[in-house]
Formats: sequence, structure tokens, C-alpha cells
Amino acid sequence: MEAASPDGLLLAGAIALVALSGLPGLLARKGGSGGERLSALLVGAGALLGLAASARVLFLGGGFRVELPSPLPGGPLLLSADALSALFLVPVFLVPALGAVYGLGYWPEAEHRRDARKLRFFYGLLAAAMAVVLLARSGVLFLVAWEVMALAAFFAATTEDRQPSVREAGWIYLVATHAGTLGLFGMTALLARTTGGFAWEAPDGGLAVTASSSVVFLLAVVGFGGKAGLFPFHFWLPGAHGGAPSHVSAVMSGVMLKVGLYGLLRVVSLYGAPPAWWGGLLLLLGAGSALFGAALAAGQGDLKRLLAYSSVENVGIVTTGIGLALLGRSEGRPEWVALGLGGALLHVLYHSLFKTLLFLGAGAVIHAAGTREVDRLGGLLRKMPRTGAAFAAGCAAALAFPPLAGFFSELVVYVGLFRAFAGPDSSLLAAFAAPALAVAGAVALAAFTKLFGVVFLGSPRSEEAAHAHEPGRAMLGPILVLGALVAVAGLLSPLLAPGVDAAIRAWVAPAVPPGSVGELAHPVPPLAAIVPLGTIALLGVAFLGLLALVAGLLALRLRRASFDRGATWDCGYARPTGRMQYTGSSFGDWIAGRLTPSAAAPVLEVRPPVGSFPRGAAVSAPAPARDPLLLRLLEPFASRWARRFHDLHALQEGRLTIYLVYVLGTLVALLAWSALRGWVLPR
Amino acid sequence: MTHPVDILLVLVILLNFLVLGTPSLRMTIRGAALQGVLLALLPLLVHRGFGWRVGAIAVATMALKGLLIPGLLEKAMRDVHIRREVEPYVGFVPSLFLCAVGTALAILFSGNLPLAPEHAGTLLVPASLATLLSGFLVLTTRKKAISQVVGYLILENGIFVFGQLLIEAMPFLVEAGVLLDLFVGIFIMGIVINHIRQEFSSLDTELLSELKD
Repeated sequence: MEAASPDGLLLAGAIALVALSGLPGLLARKGGSGGERLSALLVGAGALLGLAASARVLFLGGGFRVELPSPLPGGPLLLSADALSALFLVPVFLVPALGAVYGLGYWPEAEHRRDARKLRFFYGLLAAAMAVVLLARSGVLFLVAWEVMALAAFFAATTEDRQPSVREAGWIYLVATHAGTLGLFGMTALLARTTGGFAWEAPDGGLAVTASSSVVFLLAVVGFGGKAGLFPFHFWLPGAHGGAPSHVSAVMSGVMLKVGLYGLLRVVSLYGAPPAWWGGLLLLLGAGSALFGAALAAGQGDLKRLLAYSSVENVGIVTTGIGLALLGRSEGRPEWVALGLGGALLHVLYHSLFKTLLFLGAGAVIHAAGTREVDRLGGLLRKMPRTGAAFAAGCAAALAFPPLAGFFSELVVYVGLFRAFAGPDSSLLAAFAAPALAVAGAVALAAFTKLFGVVFLGSPRSEEAAHAHEPGRAMLGPILVLGALVAVAGLLSPLLAPGVDAAIRAWVAPAVPPGSVGELAHPVPPLAAIVPLGTIALLGVAFLGLLALVAGLLALRLRRASFDRGATWDCGYARPTGRMQYTGSSFGDWIAGRLTPSAAAPVLEVRPPVGSFPRGAAVSAPAPARDPLLLRLLEPFASRWARRFHDLHALQEGRLTIYLVYVLGTLVALLAWSALRGWVLPR
Repeated sequence: MTHPVDILLVLVILLNFLVLGTPSLRMTIRGAALQGVLLALLPLLVHRGFGWRVGAIAVATMALKGLLIPGLLEKAMRDVHIRREVEPYVGFVPSLFLCAVGTALAILFSGNLPLAPEHAGTLLVPASLATLLSGFLVLTTRKKAISQVVGYLILENGIFVFGQLLIEAMPFLVEAGVLLDLFVGIFIMGIVINHIRQEFSSLDTELLSELKD
């Protein structure tokens, strides 16, 4: 871990390239394609450097630690990369690079003269700020990078700021992220008071847990959980992710949520023996997020909002794993740590792949059909076969179909949960978390069946959908690359496992240095020693081979056989139309309405049939810009307080002189106070 | 009162009264300019050691506050054809009275402030606070934009006096930066004043309340 290691230089180069990628475009000619190509090239080059550094740290045991002197209060700026940071750096570099290429086709300079440069600038800044967040080890630097990340995401997400719904979602995001940052400020200050400095590095054996540590933990859950989109702090997420350009949604949903989870992991890793309720709380929040996220996803009528809610579900799965690992840490169970955190970290990687794929695919659909409403699409698989196939792979991976990406990570989390309640000294909470995740998985199955079925199968429900077409090369390329990655990544789990093990050791290490007597007496076993990942992957390869064989044989038979193409039997209707199909709303309403608490259930417009010859009955889920929880709970609460503060408006006179009088009054009052203190308290 | 610094500061305080008591805009501008020139001499007297740093600050302050800024303001005054401050929010005699009260309070307060021993005997802190308060009074009681700029200038003069306490601790760059800020601020105000007049044919800032929400 010497300072001048190649990893540090590589990462510094990577971050600089990505951060500055949007700058040349600002100076280039408006409407020209030079700036956007250069920016995609810079992001790509930076990503290659960054990925190389991450791989070195993960698999070759590299890493670095530098202290930069700083004129700011809060001590030197501490930067360090261990395996935990490196693992999160992988999506931070991979996803923006693919998204930047995709952006060439999705948001070209030629068609978006007004905002394409702004978008590219903040896109690069967002990716670079996330990388700095992952490397920062001093509270001040962390908060600065965190804030840059939040603001860059705000500007990137509100690219289409002429649309009122995008502006509104942007403001809600800004308020939510700043509320979370406020919590993090409190957390950093409290942490600094206990450790005596802003460096986030635990002493040997970890920080002792005191009463204030629990406040630190709760503030971290609110601050980081808000960024990660944990239920019930998720209310900003669907609007912001839904309204952003698709490759920005992919970065926000696929990567930025993970940065929130990373922060939580980093802060709890400082404590040697956390109380058991910390892990319990995370298990509870994780299982709740998974369940409600999936149910809310099923109820969405908007393509991208559905995917955003599905991110809430997946963040829930990761948090469940983190909760289990934390529980293992407090109970001294190394295998719970290995399974919980191992599953969580694998899922972080895999979710970033398939969620990016799904968002990019959704962007291609929106680009082609011009609408985001699921109920206006349909039959797209015939128009966009390659996008459709990749999208199907993404859905299957999100649903943890073996042997695709999501399967391996969820399997590890499940094995961990089973271990936790089947063995001696079982944890009751883990016993509840496993079935909750299982139900969430089933609901997610319904949500994605609806998504894929309604959008890609059947026949078109609108004119636009009927004229959809495959996107251009710049967009299709990243989609196909991600499709292949999603198919292969799961099978590569045995090869990734050593890197994940290194990250788990890095998480445990600050508290339990090798050779010392910590809470965790036994070393954390490698992941592959508990779950036979290699065997499962081989089985998966065999299964895929079998599938390919069957498909090949079928295709051969189809080619030889002669058959006629015709319409499906339409029950004798004289004029079947695209509207005579199940809609997404009819499919999802049942699930979303029954499985979510009433406050969080989606808003539905129901016009029931009336009379013997009913006309115009309908059930539809209008795409509101706001989350139901926000609409029903937070907004009434906020407007109540706004009314209470209304009288203060009288102070805002509008005349400069009056404001200056306020300043003068304050000044005189302060002087009087200090003078009075001088008289009353003898010096 | 034997200290030459104190004599200078008494003059500064008297100029506060002059600026507050006269309706003529030319007099207020000249008063503020004279105050600036007097203040430019202050660093030379407070610091026995005559370094290039102190000299540079003195020269820059004198050029800026004594010549450049008053010149700008008088030009603005000629451009907009306004000579007198009519109907201030608070009349001239009451504002003189307020200034006197403020100066008295400033002397009282500063007796209680925990000061470094070398500054405890001088008038530096009371003069600074009194000038600050007078600047505020001009800012708050006058309607014409030009008078308000003068108020801002006097306010800054008060801060400058206070800065003398810290001149050894403060880097040269900070002084230079403050002077530059002041100049740019007043430069912009000069431009704004012209535009306000063209737009509203009046310089009463009272009328500028459209932007409140």
C-alpha cells in the first residue's frame, strides 16, 4: 500500500479523463459531432484505465493510500483504494462508458443543440465524482465529492428541463438528496467527535460502540439509504430516474444507488462489534424495500418508472445481504459475513449490468416508438428483434433465472439467510427475510412479465408502436454488449469470487486485523468454499448448451417444414384491434393494490362499467410524476409546515432598505449582547 | 488623544456626521472621498515599520478611494442630473442624532471587547464600529441609489479601520482582494444606476420592489 503505486496513478488519470470529458465539447462548434465523439472517447479511455486499476486491486492485491495536504479545515485529504472501493469502481467506470457510446445515438448533438453539451459535461462529472466518493477516506473530501455527485446528477437528470414533470422530479430529487446530505453532515461531525479527526480509518479492533455510534448508524441509514433508494426513502427515485435521458437513468439507477450502499458499508465497517439490532434493522429495511419495490414496479404504467421501482427492489436485496453480514459481524459468524456480503457485492455488480441493459433498451424503445407508456406499446419484438432479445435477457437476469447474472448473487444471499436461521443460534429476522425476498421475487416476475409481454409481445397498441424500428449502431452496440455480459457474467462468478473475497476481507479488516483477537475469531471463509459456485456455473454452461442445441434443432425443423403465417384465432371477432389485449394496467393493478401498504399503493383511475350496456369503462394507471408515498404522506406534511411559516413572508418586504435594517438590527443586537456579556461576566 | 492615529480617527468620525448631515450629493461623495484618503494614511501611522507592503496598500487605497471611486460617482451624478437627496426615510437632523447615539454606543461597546493590549488604548475599534454604523445609517435612510453607494463605501471604510488590527496577521492578498472587490462593486453599481434611470426615470430605490416573490 505505498503511496506512489501504479493504481493511484491509473485511477487519477481515469478520474481526470472522465471528469473533463464534457469540457472540449463545450468549446467545440455547436451542432458539430466532433465534441461528442471526443467526449465518448475520453470517457471510454478513462474507463479502461479505471477498470485496469480496479482489476489490479481486486485480483492482484494492489491498492494505495495518499494524504494530500489541504488548506481547508478538516485535516489532510485522505484517498485510498482497497478491494471494497475497487469492487464498486467497476460499475462506476463500466456503465458510464457504455452509456457515453449509447448517448452518441440517443442524445446526439445534431438533434439536441440546446442541451447535449450540458448533458455530456455533467455526465462526465457525475461519473468522476462517484469515483472520488469511493476513494475518499476523509469526511470533508467525501462530503465534497458526494455533493458534486448529487448536483451533477441533478443537472444531468433535468436535461429536458423544459418539461414541467422533469423539473418537478428534479426539485423533489434535489430536496431529497439535500435532506440526506444533511444527515451525512451530522454523521460526519459525530464521527469526527468520537475519533478526534475526519479520517475514516478505524483503529486496530475497530471503533468502540457507544451511544453516539447508534446515532451515527441511524444518520448513515437515512443519508445513505436515501441515496440508495431504500423504502421508505425511495420517493424521489422513480421521478428522477424516469425523467432523465435513458443513459443517465442507467447511471443513476445502475451505479449511483450503489454508491449510497457503499457509503453505508464503509461507515459500518469502522465499528468492531456493532450491536445486533443494526443488522436487524438493515434486514428489515432490505426485505421491505424488495417487497414493496417489486409490488410498486408491477403497478407502473410507465416503462422507465417500472424499471426505477425495480431498482428499489434490487437495492433491497443488496441491503438484506448487508444486514446479514452485519449480523454475522456482531454475532461472530464469519460464514454469515461471507455469504451476506458476498451475495450483496455480486448483486451490486450484476444489477448494475442488467439494470443498465434494461434502461438502455427502454431508451431504444422510447426512441423508436416515441412513448413511454407501456399501454401504448406492443409487438415490438418483431420490429426490434435484437433489442428485444437483449431486453429479454436483461429481464430474465433481473428475475434471477439460472444461469444468468442475477441468479448467482441471489442464490448466495438465500444460502446465507438459510444458514442464518437453520443453524444453531438462529436469527429470527433472517427467517422472515428469506420468504419476504421470495415473495418479492415472485412479484417481480409478474412485473417483468407484464413489462416484456405488453411491450414486446402481442400486437401494437398505437400507431407509433406499429412504426418502431431497430436503433442505430451507437445505441444497439452497448445494448448487445450488455446483453452478452448479462448472459456470461453469472457463469463467470467462480472467477469473480476471489475479488469479492478480497472486498469482504477489506470490509472486515479495519476491525479485525490479522493476528489480533477480535469479535470475529475465525477468518472469513472464501465464498467458493461455502457455495459450490464452480459446479453451478458448469451446470449452467451445460444447461445453456442444451438450450442452444434444442433451439438449433427446432430452427432446423422450422426451416425444413412449410407453414403459413396468419393471424391468431380471434374468437370470431369481425374486426380485432390492438386494443383487445390485456393492458399493463389490468395486469399490474391486482398485485400492486394488494401487496403495498395503502399509503404507498399506486394511484389508479377506475371507471367501472355502469348499466346493462356499459360505455367507456376503464382502469388505468396514469403516470403521475410523484410517488404515491410522496403524494399521500410527505406533501400534506410539507404543505402544513409551509402554511405555518407563511406569516414569515411579511418579513420579506421587497425593499432593499428594509433588508439592510435587518442586518443593522442583527449587528447592533450582537454588539449589545457581547457588551452585556462583558458587563455581566467579569473578565 | 495625543496619538496621531487617534487624531486621524476623530476626523474620520466627524466626516461620518458630515456625510449624514448634508443633503448635497456632491458633499457626501467628497466627504466619503476625504475619509478614504485619511484612512489610506492610517496603515503608515499604525505600523512604525514602513515596508513596501504597507506602502503599497496606502497608495492603492488612496488612489481608489480618494480619486477613482469618487470620480466614478461624480460622473454618475452628472449623468443622471441629480444633486440633492430629497425626502430621505429619516430626516437629516434625526439621522445626525442616530449617528451620535451610534458613535456613543460604539465607544461603550468597544470598552468591553477583549482586545489585544497594543490596540486597547487607541480609538481604532470605536471608530471602526461608529463608521460601520454610519454607513449602515446612510444605506438604510437614503432613497437615492447614489447615496446608497456612498453608504456602502463608508461601511467598507469602517471595515478597513478594523482591518488595521489584523494587518500583520492578514496576507497582502486579502487586502488587495478587498480593494478590488470594492472597486468592481462600485463600478457595477455605477453602470446599474445609469440603467435604472433610463428604465424608470428615477433613482428612488423605493420603487425597486418588483422582484420580491
